[in-house]
Amino acid sequence: MTFMISARTLKIVAALSIGLAMGACSKNPNEDGSGSGFGSGLGAGAATPGSQQDFVVNVGDRIFFESDSTELTSTAQATLDKQARWLQQYGQYSITVEGHADERGTREYNFALGARRAEAAKSYLAARGIPASRLRTISYGKERPVAVCNDISCWSQNRRAVTVLGGANS
Amino acid sequence: MRTITFPSPRDHLMSDSKLLLSRRQMGGLFTGLAASSLLPGAALAQSKYLDIRRGTNFQPIPIAVTNFAGEQGPALSGIITNNFARSVFLQPLEPRSFPEQVSNPDAPPRADAWRMINAQFVLTGRVGRAPDGRMQTQFRLWDVSTGQQVSGQQYVTDPNNARRVAHIVSDAVFSRITGEKGFFDSRVVFIDESGPKERRSKRLSIMDQDGANVRYLSGGDELVVTPRFSPSSQDVAYMAFGKGDPRVFILNIETGQREVVGNFPGMTFSPRFSPDGQKVIMSLSQGSSSNLFTMDLRSRATTRLTDTAAIDTSPSFAPDGSQVVFESDRGGTQQIYVMGAGGGGAKRISYSEGARYSTPVWSPKGDFIAFTRQKGGSFGIGVMKPDGSGERIITEGYHNEGPTWAPNGLYVMFFRDPGGSGGPKIFMADVFGRGEFPVPTQSYGSDPAWGPLLS
Repeated sequence: MTFMISARTLKIVAALSIGLAMGACSKNPNEDGSGSGFGSGLGAGAATPGSQQDFVVNVGDRIFFESDSTELTSTAQATLDKQARWLQQYGQYSITVEGHADERGTREYNFALGARRAEAAKSYLAARGIPASRLRTISYGKERPVAVCNDISCWSQNRRAVTVLGGANS
Repeated sequence: MRTITFPSPRDHLMSDSKLLLSRRQMGGLFTGLAASSLLPGAALAQSKYLDIRRGTNFQPIPIAVTNFAGEQGPALSGIITNNFARSVFLQPLEPRSFPEQVSNPDAPPRADAWRMINAQFVLTGRVGRAPDGRMQTQFRLWDVSTGQQVSGQQYVTDPNNARRVAHIVSDAVFSRITGEKGFFDSRVVFIDESGPKERRSKRLSIMDQDGANVRYLSGGDELVVTPRFSPSSQDVAYMAFGKGDPRVFILNIETGQREVVGNFPGMTFSPRFSPDGQKVIMSLSQGSSSNLFTMDLRSRATTRLTDTAAIDTSPSFAPDGSQVVFESDRGGTQQIYVMGAGGGGAKRISYSEGARYSTPVWSPKGDFIAFTRQKGGSFGIGVMKPDGSGERIITEGYHNEGPTWAPNGLYVMFFRDPGGSGGPKIFMADVFGRGEFPVPTQSYGSDPAWGPLLS
């Protein structure tokens, strides 16, 4: 079940990322219908403050890493700072940090690398006051890329940690 | 005309014990195989004909695989020919060049005529029915230089096992000529991949080593990776994303029964069985480190083998169980280390400049460790001796990964993913890097793991 939620979330996020990559950033991503995959409380319309869309669009649900690195860049830290503020405001969500790697590594190592990236983000959020009881991590290694091509433009999008919100009050 | 030597009662007994083994191994699929020798008189000295390690002047042995007599004969010969064509060491000759049609598989072929097309061996045989209705297959291997029969067997089995009989004949011939163990009568577990790369559906699958008889062991809803065969049972260990943390599971491929391996506080991954099949060795991810553990499948006792802040993964036992090879980034980059099976005293063995090494696998013969090597953006498959010397790259390019050994230690399978929106395919190469062949799979395929010889 956890996985299914993540998969759906990824799909939406993938659609958003592609929009961004093409420089066609929609002012209101909800209008393109990409949010229709959500089953609960996320119909078309403006991103309600405190909603999952609000988090994805206005805060940013993901950070990116350098090749084979688990270090949090200054950009990543800035995003995580925003995430931490938002998550403290909306305390009803449980949080899963997904760690991902690009395809230029072997499968087993990439699971461990993804786990390290997720852990780096989780530790940062915990240090910013998010209770550990709300945080869990999962690594997908190189199994779930969001961008598919054979060059750096894709690889850099795939080396990521994504903060996924669990069901409210769960 | 030659007389067929019928098996003595003692041979019967031996056949029966072999039969029981086969039945157990195949879980009822293989409904019995009785083998008996067709070699006339006393067995000839089992001298081999080919030094597979011969260096630059290596030449594969030309062999003529004639159509076996009987309705099913040509199909059987086709499977054998296809096997030899991927064997590197044997070279099946083009049937159109054959100087004679073999009408009597029991009679010596015309050696002078076969010599004209440079055949060194001629394989003849027939497929028919035993008195009890079962399939009866005979083969005879003839040495063209002497005109003598050098090998011959008869197999009686269920007709559904025709492909296996072809593989067993292939192994017998391969062994007789090379002096090495066969590998054709074996299976491979792998991951069948379909769908777009962002949402790739993966199924646990099993096939014969030549790509035939594919069976899907999982439905594709659940993400599954890195299956590994037990050397001694019908169990497959693999990593699956079930509920909660991704974990190592064991699936019995006959009963469909599946269980989690151990109750670890975190993601477990990269499993592999010990050579006796009694333990599973794997990585456990905790915090930002991954360490190696074993679990005894009978006592359920778990043992920690490494305790580092690094990523230790891809463990593989030496065939005698005394040592473990694994990859670790404890020195900064992924490299290969060897330690005792109880842990401790890890020693780095990979040293090529500017290279990262991963996925080490110990050969079942013990002589080599196969690995993936990343260097300058390229992913190669190679082998080195257990002390790190004698490194040899078998294939290089983007992006080869994850070698697995044939049960005789002479071949590896691995997968190659060209990147982009495409997907991986499985390939097989000999350990000397002389030949490489695709293993046909219907869809994309990855993570092959070669199982033990069945017969």
